[in-house]
Amino acid sequence: MGASERQSHFARGLIIAGALACSVTLSACVNVNAPSEPIVIELNVNIKQEVLYRLVDSAEENIAENPEIF
Amino acid sequence: MTSNRHFARKAAVALLAAPLLAVGALAFIVAPAAAAEGRDPAYAAARANGTIGEKMDGYLGIVGSPSTEIKKLVDDLNIRRKASYADRARSQGVTIEEFAFTQGCLLIARTVPGEKYQAPDGSWQTRGSGPARVDPRCPSAG
Repeated sequence: MGASERQSHFARGLIIAGALACSVTLSACVNVNAPSEPIVIELNVNIKQEVLYRLVDSAEENIAENPEIF
Repeated sequence: MTSNRHFARKAAVALLAAPLLAVGALAFIVAPAAAAEGRDPAYAAARANGTIGEKMDGYLGIVGSPSTEIKKLVDDLNIRRKASYADRARSQGVTIEEFAFTQGCLLIARTVPGEKYQAPDGSWQTRGSGPARVDPRCPSAG
């Protein structure tokens, strides 16, 4: 029996033991499924809004100084 | 006698104040039109008839299928707008897009009834008598 074969036997044993433990104590098992949609976290939303508030005066000034392009 | 003098003084004040008030009121009426005063007539007409509208990104967009003249007009104005955004973004230490977006919020809020603007869902809307639908991130939207 090779070392790798022995390892895979051991691994298989662990999986079977895990599965058994799960089926015996069913309530303690939690299945986690990967979501099909990618998770998007919009970190820049709040930062951006803060920036926008700071820019309002300059934007107002821009309209007043260049009325022909707005 | 005293009351008569009082009346005379009040009347004089009223007579003096009336033209001042009238001038003040006139300034209020003229102010919104002043922004449109600097516009090229072709640009003013295209805004008024809804051929072009204000986009959320701070630039002008063409609502229907563009004619060559309209495209040239819009491109020219957008290039000049971008130059102004670049200057101000640099001095404020923000990106051009951030400045342009803020400008877009103001420009959409300032559209007058009948003009076109881009709503947060990307669709073209005609400004009615109520407020324009702006992006929730816009400063004016609180």
